[in-house]
Amino acid sequence: MPTMEFQGKQYEIDEDGYLVNLDDWSKELADHIAKTEDIQMTDAHWEVVNFLRDYYQKYQIAPMIKILVKEIGKVMGPEKGNTKYLYELYPGGPAKQACKIAGLPKPTGCV
Amino acid sequence: MAKFTAKPDELSKIDFKPPKKGWMDTPVEIKEHMFCHAAKPKELDVVGFPNAHEWRPNDEDWKLPENWEKTLLEGMRDLLGKYRSFRLFMDICVRCGACADKCHFFIGTGDPKNMPVLRAELLRSVYRGNFTLAGKILRKIAGARDLTANVLKEWWYYFYQCTECRRCSVFCPYGIDQAEITMMGRELTNLIGLNIGWIAGPVAACYMKGNHLGLEPHTITSSIEFFVDDIETITGIRVNPTFNRKGAEILFVTPSGDLFANPGTYTAMGYLMLFHELGLDYTWSTYASEGGNFGFFTTNEMAKRLNAKIYAEAKRLGVKWILGGECGHMWRVIHQYMDTWNGPADFLEEPVSPITGTKFENTTSAKMVHIAEFTADLIKHGKLKLEPSRNDHLKVTFHDSCNTARGMGLLEEPRYIIRNVCNHFQEMPEDTIREKTFCCGSGTGLNASENMELRLRGGLARANAVKHVHEHYGVNLLANVCAIDRATLTTSMDYWVPGVTVAGVHELVGNALVMKGEKERTQDLRLEPFPGKEGNE
Repeated sequence: MPTMEFQGKQYEIDEDGYLVNLDDWSKELADHIAKTEDIQMTDAHWEVVNFLRDYYQKYQIAPMIKILVKEIGKVMGPEKGNTKYLYELYPGGPAKQACKIAGLPKPTGCV
Repeated sequence: MAKFTAKPDELSKIDFKPPKKGWMDTPVEIKEHMFCHAAKPKELDVVGFPNAHEWRPNDEDWKLPENWEKTLLEGMRDLLGKYRSFRLFMDICVRCGACADKCHFFIGTGDPKNMPVLRAELLRSVYRGNFTLAGKILRKIAGARDLTANVLKEWWYYFYQCTECRRCSVFCPYGIDQAEITMMGRELTNLIGLNIGWIAGPVAACYMKGNHLGLEPHTITSSIEFFVDDIETITGIRVNPTFNRKGAEILFVTPSGDLFANPGTYTAMGYLMLFHELGLDYTWSTYASEGGNFGFFTTNEMAKRLNAKIYAEAKRLGVKWILGGECGHMWRVIHQYMDTWNGPADFLEEPVSPITGTKFENTTSAKMVHIAEFTADLIKHGKLKLEPSRNDHLKVTFHDSCNTARGMGLLEEPRYIIRNVCNHFQEMPEDTIREKTFCCGSGTGLNASENMELRLRGGLARANAVKHVHEHYGVNLLANVCAIDRATLTTSMDYWVPGVTVAGVHELVGNALVMKGEKERTQDLRLEPFPGKEGNE
């Protein structure tokens, strides 16, 4: 199993660099993963990541994109409640890139 | 792994020149972006697949279990004994080559080992070398060879470059079903722990939680509640789906992708609106919460185990019959396997539409009806009030899913529905539709992201046909009845034919459906304003 080193510690990751253990996640580690994805975390980025993690805790899966869009619109204003804004924050896609930074696994199946 | 960055003009230059040496002397080269990650051992362990182990396809050493050759040859003997079709298909091919250029993977890669005849020959050569007298004596002259680690890698690489779409079989004068050969090849890889993650993950999730995505019961109900809110925003009507309701007349089962991934979620909204408008006495199940069956891409036995929950739940709830959503391979399973795997479903009744009284005699025994059959029948009997002009901004073409077209003959019903809910419909060229339809390029659990080059190459033939109608007739919407299609054709269209969106048929139904007491519709199911209604909110 590949690993990622951060602050002298090894973390298990999968082939695409997603954390294997949900509990390994920390804000610092998220910052580090974001840098490897060329993303500078701002409050707006954190808003998305925090929502993803909260949702995951409750539902054991990352939210549907439309749930994320609605939530961000609610919190950050209706002009930001759209997929385009999410892609501006996470050009690699809110599902893939933001989940990676949030330490969540990729959903698999007919998706 | 480096990111996949090849542009369409680069990828569409395909080299069809075969290698200098014969195929047996051309060793397999495992290329990046053409294969999926290995299955994680815990995902195989959970369902009891043997020899789960850590390995990587592009490593030299696959960490194969001891005596793997013996395991595979015994496995092959077992399969040959169990399935007469397999032995027949190993024996009867005359290498006429009719199938050679019919495969979307051959068309998109130019790799001769993606000719169905040669893909089968990878297995046949070992069959001859071990199970036929001529092969044992004459060896290479009789087209026989030994099973080596390189041969095994070749099997793995190419059996996970076939989507079991069965287009080649349509052209085979002997009717050899290449899908069955790939299925046998995959059965063998599963004996020694060589599954892929994108299949093993959903199989494990489905076994543990009832669906590929691993959606928990409260996740399912919350997702559907979310659709209910959106439907209310659009129509002003609050629909009331029920879950796990005993005594409902009908159990509804759809692929879990419809509850999670766009554009499948819009298709799910279409179902909800239709059922509400009909006042259908139906229920969703949070247990039988998956119509698809990724087990079907591993072993016959695994597919059977996963599929068992549909009848089990129908029995527990005491429904009369089962209605199924828009899915591809789900229907190959239901139409061709379910009855004998999990039946007889003698606790159910022959499906009869409570709205029209139509008996669905085509499924008298399996007792599960495809929603396209159900809806087409409603329209035929004038039971739906439709306003097709709401879809006037769409120029629609229809992609036949391989499994519904070739696996159950569902050809007319989706087209009939589309022609009634849309005013603009245009077929793609005839060699690319109906029973000759081209695969989306990502079926049988190959819809991962690390194999993107394979997916896009495999999707090129379908995309070319869409491009033709896009350029000549202005087609801007590709309709289909399959969850894998909805997810993967979106990727393929964005790459090969930008400007074409992808939608399930029941999304179009939902848009056109006039519901009793609805408010004036200004938005479609995606919450986008209808053209001309932009200012009405």
